[in-house]
Amino acid sequence: MSVATRPQLSHLRALESEAIHVMREVAAEFERPVLLFSGGKDSIVLLRLAEKAFRPAPFPFPLMHVDTGHNFPEVIEFRDRRVAELGERLIVASVQESIDSGRAVEETGPRASRNRLQTVTLLDAIAEHGFDAAFGGARRDEERARAKERVFSFRDDFGQWDPKSQRPELWNLYNGRIHKGEHVRVFPLSNWTELDVWEYIDSEALEVPSIYFAHEREVFSRDGMLYAWREGTELIDGEEIFSETVRYRTVGDMSCTGGVRSTAGTLEEVVLEIAATRITERGETRADDRVSEAAMEDRKKAGYF
Amino acid sequence: MTLDLLRFTTAGSVDDGKSTLIGRLLYDSKQVFEDQLAHIAQASERRGGEGTLDLALLTDGLRAEREQGITIDVAYRYFATARRRFIIADCPGHRQYTRNMVTGASTADVAVVLIDARRGVLEQSKRHAFISALLGIPRMVVAINKMDLVDHSRARYEELAEEFEAFARKLRGGKNPRRTETSYMPMSALNGDNVVWRSQAMDWYEGPTLLEYLEEVEVAYDHPLARPARFPVQWVIRPSSGSQEERDYRGYAGQLASGALRRGDEVAVLPGAARTRIASIETYDGELEEAVAPMSLTLRLEDELDISRGELICHPDQEPSVARELEADVCWMAQEPLRAGGRYLLKQTSRHATAIVDRIEDTLDVHTLQRVAAPGAGAELGLNDIGRVRLRTSVPLAFDPYASNRRTGSFILIDQASNGTVGAGMIAAAGA
Repeated sequence: MSVATRPQLSHLRALESEAIHVMREVAAEFERPVLLFSGGKDSIVLLRLAEKAFRPAPFPFPLMHVDTGHNFPEVIEFRDRRVAELGERLIVASVQESIDSGRAVEETGPRASRNRLQTVTLLDAIAEHGFDAAFGGARRDEERARAKERVFSFRDDFGQWDPKSQRPELWNLYNGRIHKGEHVRVFPLSNWTELDVWEYIDSEALEVPSIYFAHEREVFSRDGMLYAWREGTELIDGEEIFSETVRYRTVGDMSCTGGVRSTAGTLEEVVLEIAATRITERGETRADDRVSEAAMEDRKKAGYF
Repeated sequence: MTLDLLRFTTAGSVDDGKSTLIGRLLYDSKQVFEDQLAHIAQASERRGGEGTLDLALLTDGLRAEREQGITIDVAYRYFATARRRFIIADCPGHRQYTRNMVTGASTADVAVVLIDARRGVLEQSKRHAFISALLGIPRMVVAINKMDLVDHSRARYEELAEEFEAFARKLRGGKNPRRTETSYMPMSALNGDNVVWRSQAMDWYEGPTLLEYLEEVEVAYDHPLARPARFPVQWVIRPSSGSQEERDYRGYAGQLASGALRRGDEVAVLPGAARTRIASIETYDGELEEAVAPMSLTLRLEDELDISRGELICHPDQEPSVARELEADVCWMAQEPLRAGGRYLLKQTSRHATAIVDRIEDTLDVHTLQRVAAPGAGAELGLNDIGRVRLRTSVPLAFDPYASNRRTGSFILIDQASNGTVGAGMIAAAGA
């Protein structure tokens, strides 16, 4: 066979192959895995990877969404449609229910967010269903605490991440051994960047929620970010509601996810915009990381995604 | 043609300029975002005064690390050029150095070893080179850094390169010789000389810059046809519902660890004696005539065989060793030492076994690089020690020597009580 016809793996296919390997290891080594599906771009990629890893059989795990009750309606609509297309099972863990049952206490004031409360709901759902592994779409390029996290990230029975005593992770030999009550967060996209995710979505022609594309929206400006205005939002003195053409780089709780001014209306335009951007994804759009220099590190230790 | 994803490792302490070098690679290849830049500019001025920009801060880690001025763990960093995507395993040199370097080196195609041109070839650089060679990294770049502090002296550069080369020759010989190709580059990470841009101050150097080298260098997967095929079965795809045809489906899923497989190939399934042919090579995107490492795929076989996770599919004329006794170099990563008689869980490819340590043959002194015969009974491997160990396993393993195949020649040891990963093993040979 000539060298010229030798199949060549692009970096996207190499990352894809690595992620499929990770997913199959989890299916083989855990009793009750779950895939966390938010309707965001990273978890959309996870679903495609799961199809590639397990079809023609059904997924060997259910999907779960931690619903803050403050999600973008477009995303919830997309979530339900995608799950129906796949014919897989979705569990919705509700932050509202955690609040109603007294497990979580709602923050108050104009800056109130349900972002932190998600951790309670997530850990409760993991315990309730007896999940021992949870796939997440986190990537190491997102944030400095994530840069040091394992692909198989061990959590003790309090759901905590201890950066100082992580298991060494060598070659592609993942250690999935845990005791009862402990679990592992698994990040198949660890080695992907934001641009890789968009290029993959483009190459696979995956559908994403409409809020990722430029659209006109009622917003207000706070701390240099543009937040979606919705009924019930408390404005702080001087803040005004105005109309702007924006798109979202991340999909999170409406209360802490900012939009960016953009005219990118197609996947191709989004890929170009991301390739040219000079600001990180979290720096531009996530108020939750701005709280302190070590904001993500603290939330991760407490059991956040 | 080269794979457009390259993994490399760096190791070192704060002082030898490792963080500055990585910061420089990220900064000069335009991978630093404005908010990150604003953040490090602020922090630089807070620490170093107005107008300073300390690129080392780009790799600043967790709060616990900043408070203690140390680096706890391997950090992974990403950047891309028009030619390639890069993954850096950035290993700290202070604490747990062996454990961290071994972890970072396990997946790397290239090791970048740093030398401070003023201080010369220090033990830590040698240790990093030694571990890189032991872990089978095929290529090593010796970055002779801080050339600006020795007047960009060509004589000093050549002196250090020669000194290191004498040491590197020793690494290539001895027990388990590994072929590590070594390149030398004079650099100033602080000024950006020969990192991304060619140095004006060192026009006597005619080799590539570090980035040019990393963009061009070949990786192990570049010649998949030159190596035997190894396909560890990870997962059996067997739909439990649907039509009869769907329920009859049997697919053996996994990632091709090395080599290539073609439809119609005769294959052996180890450790048993079964033979069959490949009926089809399937992926979600359709069937393939041929698959090469490191693809993930699903094999369907002509005969109905009872194959499960942990078995290995290969060509019958290129079978690996199958044995229950083996000799391996083990890097120990736990506080509680490894001793003869110890029992551990062993994971190799997708296979699990219980392993019993029969004997510790010798330990490797990472300071002198000598193998020291173990004192027989009572020998142990402590935290960060590396030694040659004889093991027996509860089930046969199909493996290659690590020197010829990093995927099928490696294993981890897991403590049965704590479930922690306590050892990293590289198989030398089947035991006698």
